[in-house]
Amino acid sequence: MDLSSQETIKRLADEHGSDQLVVILGAPDAESAEIAAETVVLGDPTYAGALAEAQLGLSVYHVLEEEFRSQVADDVWEDQIGVMVDVLDAEEISAAVKGMRDSKP
Amino acid sequence: MFENKQVIVLGERDGIAGPAIAACVQSAGGHVAYTSTECFV
Repeated sequence: MDLSSQETIKRLADEHGSDQLVVILGAPDAESAEIAAETVVLGDPTYAGALAEAQLGLSVYHVLEEEFRSQVADDVWEDQIGVMVDVLDAEEISAAVKGMRDSKP
Repeated sequence: MFENKQVIVLGERDGIAGPAIAACVQSAGGHVAYTSTECFV
């Protein structure tokens, strides 16, 4: 994850509290989704950014997970996400992000 | 999911871009605190 994103997430967590934040990912595959989710739940696994050893335990979802999809109106979903649903492996990505969400400290 | 929450949007160029996700969040009544579109090469 970009170092600048990590710094912003840490600042928002300090300002609002971790329980007030929700993270939505748009990663293209399960591997990158899992790394991004790990970074905001357990800390930066590369130890390169501001979230290294920061176990924020944020609520994190991928945009293709049903929990998120069900919140969005059909017309907006079709306009903004559209065919990407068919291109990306939603099942595998969802499982990866859910697994990391469930490992929240 | 979004009630009284600050939403952080981490889009990706090869997946779904940040602004598209942010539009979905806003349509669902969420407050977007940060949006980015990352690029892994």
